[in-house]
Amino acid sequence: MGIDLAVIWAVIILFGVMMYVVMDGFDLGIGLLYPFFPAKAERDVMMNTVAPVWDGNETWLVLGGAGLLAAFPLAYSVVLSALALPLIAMLIGLVFRGVAFEFRFKANARERPFWDRAFTWGSFTATYFQGVALGAYLDGIPVRGRAFAGHPLDWIAPFPLFVGAGLVATYALLGSTWLVMKTDGPLQQRVRAIAGYLTWAVLGAIAIVSLWTPLTHPDVAARWFRFPNVVLFAPVPLLVGAVAWLMFRALKHGGDTMPFLCALALVFLGYTGLFISLWPNVIPSSVTLWQASAPPQSQGFALVGALAIIPVILMYTAWSYYVFRGKVRHGEGYH
Amino acid sequence: MTAVLALLLAGRTLHGPLPSALDLARIQFGFTISFHIIFPAITIGLASFLAVLEACWLRTHNALYRDLYHFWSKIFAVNFGMGVVSGLVMAYQFGTNWSAFSDFAGSITGPLLAYEVLTAFFLEAGFLGVMLFGWRRVGPHLHFASTVLVALGTLVSATWILASNSWMQTPQGHAIVDGRVVPVDWFAVIFNPSFPYRLAHMGIAAFVATALFVAASGAWHLLRGNDNAAIRKMFSMSLWMLLAAAPLQAFVGDLHGLNTLEHQPAKLAAIEGHWDNHGTDGTPLILFGMPDMANEETRYRIEVPHLGSLLLTHTFDGAVPALKDFAPEDRPNAAVVFWSFRLMVGLGLLMIALAVTALWLRRGDRLWDSRPFLRCALWMGPAGIVALLAGWYTTEIGRQPWTVYGLLRTADAVSAHGPAELSVTLLAFVLVYCVVFGSGIVYMMRLIRVGPVLREGEHPVQGGPGRPRTPMRPLSAAERRNTDRDLEQGG
Ligand code: HDD
Ligand code: HEM
Ligand code: HEM
Repeated sequence: MGIDLAVIWAVIILFGVMMYVVMDGFDLGIGLLYPFFPAKAERDVMMNTVAPVWDGNETWLVLGGAGLLAAFPLAYSVVLSALALPLIAMLIGLVFRGVAFEFRFKANARERPFWDRAFTWGSFTATYFQGVALGAYLDGIPVRGRAFAGHPLDWIAPFPLFVGAGLVATYALLGSTWLVMKTDGPLQQRVRAIAGYLTWAVLGAIAIVSLWTPLTHPDVAARWFRFPNVVLFAPVPLLVGAVAWLMFRALKHGGDTMPFLCALALVFLGYTGLFISLWPNVIPSSVTLWQASAPPQSQGFALVGALAIIPVILMYTAWSYYVFRGKVRHGEGYH
Repeated sequence: MTAVLALLLAGRTLHGPLPSALDLARIQFGFTISFHIIFPAITIGLASFLAVLEACWLRTHNALYRDLYHFWSKIFAVNFGMGVVSGLVMAYQFGTNWSAFSDFAGSITGPLLAYEVLTAFFLEAGFLGVMLFGWRRVGPHLHFASTVLVALGTLVSATWILASNSWMQTPQGHAIVDGRVVPVDWFAVIFNPSFPYRLAHMGIAAFVATALFVAASGAWHLLRGNDNAAIRKMFSMSLWMLLAAAPLQAFVGDLHGLNTLEHQPAKLAAIEGHWDNHGTDGTPLILFGMPDMANEETRYRIEVPHLGSLLLTHTFDGAVPALKDFAPEDRPNAAVVFWSFRLMVGLGLLMIALAVTALWLRRGDRLWDSRPFLRCALWMGPAGIVALLAGWYTTEIGRQPWTVYGLLRTADAVSAHGPAELSVTLLAFVLVYCVVFGSGIVYMMRLIRVGPVLREGEHPVQGGPGRPRTPMRPLSAAERRNTDRDLEQGG
């Protein structure tokens, strides 16, 4: 059997997007939690837990986009033009929350509330529309020839709008458990309580999406419930239950790192579920990986770089997290 | 920036009374990239400047350099943030608005962009945190290494994106299969004919623009009588930089023009405003005039005989291509590129004059208190950015009507969105960019107004509840003032 470049690239992009979801997920989540913590001192601490790393987190999103363009240009062009409006809304949200990191500390007391709001609403808009785009993508994108054949507002439908809300809960959960790990004192106690509610919300969202997709997409239903798949995939929902149990225990008994690890595991499992439903389509439900592939000269050329460099990136990213390890307290940070 | 928008609108042959979807997509791209390029240019220049400052500090232990590092790194941080978010928009816009282009050429621009992410963006982002926040968390040498890696990242990033853009200008190393591009020889793709010139010219432009920006900041303080050793140091350093880079830029620009003559003759004819080929009779250089696309002539010409041949062919009578050599539908808009080119070159000449004047004023130590000179340096502050934008307008509008020169027309590159959709998103971008980047520029100006604080970084600052802490990076005067005000207000 030869090397299937398309499959390798699909795995790399899936990995990149997953890195994005968990990493930018927790720093977008911090913006989502801002409304619950009105005091400036607490907001400073919350922001400083991610200020040194947010840019690297967001770079995974750029890698996802660039990887898709490099390996599956057809998918990049069709999916992005189909989802142009929600994606542009997401980008504008990311603009606001990205500059808020610097501007908030440079603004004077009169202007600061504006950038606080920009941080919250930017994070919210980015997360929500990312979810909407994901939902619309899962719902399927009509293609004619080599172009998008639907309506620009197709994404305004119950399922995408629901996935948007689910993603808000997910990122907020990642953010809150991250704060449990990175802070202490009263701030940590409050965020711990919030994380409990959010866990329920995320479990609910996972359950609803897991029912909704097979009910509306017979091919997805067939994939999950046909024998022997049903046995092979059974661990996914079981593991979700086990992780949720661990999460509630850790939140109650005071583990600091455990909740974050559990949140990561939940996201990972949800992500695996989506992956099982989609494979091997790159534009659901009509275009496969192989149909959308760039020529092997392109996939091969970029693959050399990806395989050589991604491990190095992971190493220095880990190092920079190590440099900024430990609890963040008020008065720290560079500002 | 409204000026940019107006120029973009003017540069367009509008298809009908209202802008078409294509027009809107082009305006949107031009608008967002024009904002994006401003910040990277300053990022590239300042990152290298910071690396030099830190090297000087490590070597001499003269606190001046560290103070300057702290001062400029705050401005750098604000600028970098804006570069990142505006760049993120670019990376997605190829798909949202130029889907036919992405499908057609993604097999080449995609891997180049992917390499840029892998080798540059991650590097910048990974070490930026340590560079900005890690002053007290890692040793001095590791910190210096982080600064150098960030600076390196910015240069690597420019290299990849310019390889991609240059390939779109002078494509080679590919085949066309089933109506789409297939890379055949990656070395030829990357080292396409215009790449070395564009890389050198853009790289120097970033240094020139940053030098002028730093010089103007110094001049502003000196004009206000804010005279200290750090301000003199940065003012002097930036003018040395300008003296080295500005003449070099003119030289590289000349080579770049010769390259364009060879590979994009229609663009060159538009830049020169020539309609008729003079054959071997010697072509004049049109200094000023009004290219008129409809009547196929350049009116109100002021020209120097034979100079065109001399500059472009380095002979007295060499032939130079003219616009009428090309079918009307293959001609770029000469009215815009003629003037954007002259704006760039004119500013370039002024920069050389400024740098040479500075050299002359250094004799006798008059650099610090010649008010006319300081005022010129202040006014020239934005000139680097303006010239850089003018240069890009020349290059990109001169490439029209092609998106990939000779292979894909701009009209065939665009996504099939309707005007309504594009008007809404364009309006959103204009509003958001004006608010966000407008505020960012105000914050940068405020930081500059505070000026470098001598011996900053030696005062431990009172931190968290009850315990004295030394922050990882010290508070600046501006921030300290804000914090005090907040405390008074109970914030
Ligand atoms: C000559 C330099 C240059 C040019 C022509 C461009 N860029 Fe850029 N870009 C940079 C130089 C740069 C940089 C210096 O590397 C930046 C600026 C600030 C920063 O963080 O990195 C950057 C940031 C930046 C980012 C954010 C990276 C991150 O998350 O850290 C993206 C996604 C892009 N750019 C994409 C683009 C695209 C798609 C362009 C073409 C249309 C483009 N850039 C033109
Ligand atoms: C960074 C500085 C740049 C500036 C200021 C700039 C400016 C512009 C402008 C003004 C246009 C519109 C031309 C017209 O329609 O009349 C344009 C077109 C275009 N540029 Fe650039 N550009 C830059 C860099 C790049 C790079 C690096 C790339 C690709 C890698 C690129 C890709 C394109 C594409 C695809 C178009 C076609 C869309 C169009 O024609 O409007 N540009 N650019
Ligand atoms: C002073 C003499 C200068 C000459 C003769 C010159 C020449 C040129 C030429 C011929 C081009 C068009 C390239 C093409 O055909 O695509 C160009 C583009 C450009 N110029 Fe200049 N230039 C000069 C000064 C400057 C200065 C001072 C700056 C900015 C600080 C600058 C920034 C640019 C940029 C950013 C571009 C677009 C990118 C590129 O194609 O390299 N130039 N220049």
